Amino acid sequence: MSATFLLDGQPVSFEPGQTILEAARAAGRYIPHLCWHPDFPPHGSCKLCIVKVAGRHVSSCAMPAKEGWEVESDTPEMNGERRALLQMLFVEGNHFCPSCEKSGNCQLQALAYDLEMMTPRFNHFFPDRPVDASHPDVLLDFNRCIYCELCVRASRDKDGKGIFALTNRGIHKHLVVNAESGRLADTDFSADDMAANICPVGVILHKRVGFAVPIGQRTYDEAPIHLVAMRPEAAGDD
Amino acid sequence: MSFELETAPNRENLRRVAIDPVSRVEGHGKVTLLLDEAGHIHEARLHIVEFRGFEAFIRGRPYWEVPVMVQRLCGICPVSHHLAAAKALDRVVGAVPVTATADKMRRLMHYGQILQSHALHFFHLSSPDLLFGFGSPVGQRNIVGVARAHPDVAKQGVLLRKFGQEVIRATAGKRIHGTAAVPGGINRHLDAADRDLLAAEVDQMVAWSQGAVALVRRLHEADPALYDQFGHFESGLLSLVRDDGAMDLYDGHLRLRDAAGTILRDDVADQEYLSLITEEVRAWSYMKFPYVTELGPQAGWYKVGPLARVQNCDFIPSPLAEAERKAFIDYTGGAIQHAPLAFHWARMIEMLHAAEVIREMLPDPDLVAGERMADGVRTGEGVGIIEAPRGTLIHHYGVGDDDLVSMCNLIVSTTHNNQAMNHAVRAVARKYLDGRELTEGLLNHIEVAIRAFDPCLSCATHALGKMPLIVELHDAGGAVVDRLSRD
Repeated sequence: MSATFLLDGQPVSFEPGQTILEAARAAGRYIPHLCWHPDFPPHGSCKLCIVKVAGRHVSSCAMPAKEGWEVESDTPEMNGERRALLQMLFVEGNHFCPSCEKSGNCQLQALAYDLEMMTPRFNHFFPDRPVDASHPDVLLDFNRCIYCELCVRASRDKDGKGIFALTNRGIHKHLVVNAESGRLADTDFSADDMAANICPVGVILHKRVGFAVPIGQRTYDEAPIHLVAMRPEAAGDD
Repeated sequence: MSFELETAPNRENLRRVAIDPVSRVEGHGKVTLLLDEAGHIHEARLHIVEFRGFEAFIRGRPYWEVPVMVQRLCGICPVSHHLAAAKALDRVVGAVPVTATADKMRRLMHYGQILQSHALHFFHLSSPDLLFGFGSPVGQRNIVGVARAHPDVAKQGVLLRKFGQEVIRATAGKRIHGTAAVPGGINRHLDAADRDLLAAEVDQMVAWSQGAVALVRRLHEADPALYDQFGHFESGLLSLVRDDGAMDLYDGHLRLRDAAGTILRDDVADQEYLSLITEEVRAWSYMKFPYVTELGPQAGWYKVGPLARVQNCDFIPSPLAEAERKAFIDYTGGAIQHAPLAFHWARMIEMLHAAEVIREMLPDPDLVAGERMADGVRTGEGVGIIEAPRGTLIHHYGVGDDDLVSMCNLIVSTTHNNQAMNHAVRAVARKYLDGRELTEGLLNHIEVAIRAFDPCLSCATHALGKMPLIVELHDAGGAVVDRLSRD
């Protein structure tokens, strides 16, 4: 018989080595996340999967489950923490949903709706982040990067190309293209790469698609992210 | 270069009166008057004080984002910007022409826009002046006052606008800021259920629009001395017309008439607008002043919008509106009407036309099925011109090989009317205000003249980085001690 912990008062069974988030998903229970993806090891950078265990806030994607733990996730306190994290992500970049072609397919936007983020709360940084349109098939709009490193990991670990990286630290951290020129056109990046199809926000975009699918008929227009993310086919992208 | 009453020769000793903000218009503007001790007007200006900057920040964005982004210029006629941008970018993706479905969906969307905007302007913004009088008590002079005194008129206004908004929702996806028009076509069909809902109401909309034309016409005929003369000035007329000379608010070529009605330029293709128009910047307004290049800034300004369109076309291709156009022309025995208040009459004729067009289009099978997208040979540049509710709207983009916008020029309807509105303001100031003690009611006369043009001041202030600027530092005695200028 497998061990169990309590998630918001309900028992969740787990196998040894499973994280809280993995065990919760296996039991059909949703914990919000942005940087976690089933095809990759835990990353623990976005902190959206934060839960409270034994009085401590931990990343459920990285924390192995333990017998008898009482885990708080869908509570006003935890969701308030998540909203604050979302608000910081929104003001740190340039996220203009009304004219963003990713609107309706964007996990950041979908989580903001799901967690009822009503205002940005903090002052916007308005960073200057020019786009990279050099590649014939793919546009990079760095304005929307949330540093989840899914593209970095996908390109390095799945595509075998290592095209993306984060550089600098702290507030100066940003996504770069691993080429001497810094331009995507000067890499062997392809629109068929996993890295070209994994961005949870609107940074890595297939060119000339734009608004081909009407707003209102997109993934998270049809169903909220807490349902979409639990579908068997959900792999973290749209 | 300056016009009479544009700049007073000796501004220092004059009293300044400001109407700030101008009310019941879209956006934010103000009027300043400079008067001497006897109350004589020496200067009258309509200033546009908003600042938007769209032309600059659209540069460097991918072209497919543009129709969705630029429509945020405006919350009243976003459809016009959405469609003008899509038309310009059709050229870039080589989709000339677009498919029948795309063309008809966009047209239907546009005529829904014309209907709702004209209804909004006439019933909500201008009818209080026309029904109660320009100097009537300010507490009554609003849509709530109209609803009290003329509940049927107010109700029709609200429901006409609602119907137009529903046409937009059914075609664009949302009542405001929809996303249906994309470079090369349209991303949706009309839902048959939406079509049936609209078809059930459209006869009523046509009937109410006829009633609105009759109402304005009665006002003109009841007080011709006021309606024909108020703020009167003469100017050229510019608009799109269809190839056969018919009114077409979605597409066509540019036609320019002089004030007497003679056609000066015709068959100017939309892609060639720069051969016709130059934009001038003046230091005191964020809004530019376009003029016909070959006539020069002093004589080459013109007006756009309903009053220009109804008189610039050879006919209106819908029977009820065409009959009203003929009555409009007969009113002056064929002479061009220049009275600003005749804008309202022309606007209601267009609203009737829009309702008729919608009624005629709704059963079209191409709206609910058919190919939505076209493409062709890619180019680096495109111009899209549309007749927005307020007049000719020009979008011009350059797009690089990397798909990013490299150049953007927007000339919006209200900008074309800049000089004309200033003329109307000065004509009213001369006739009604000069030498008199100013009251709220008298100042409202100025606003009535501006409102006739239905200006959208937020749309009109989209430029960035082209404003000449002069900063002067004065000492206590008034002497200039430092001066910075940017041309």
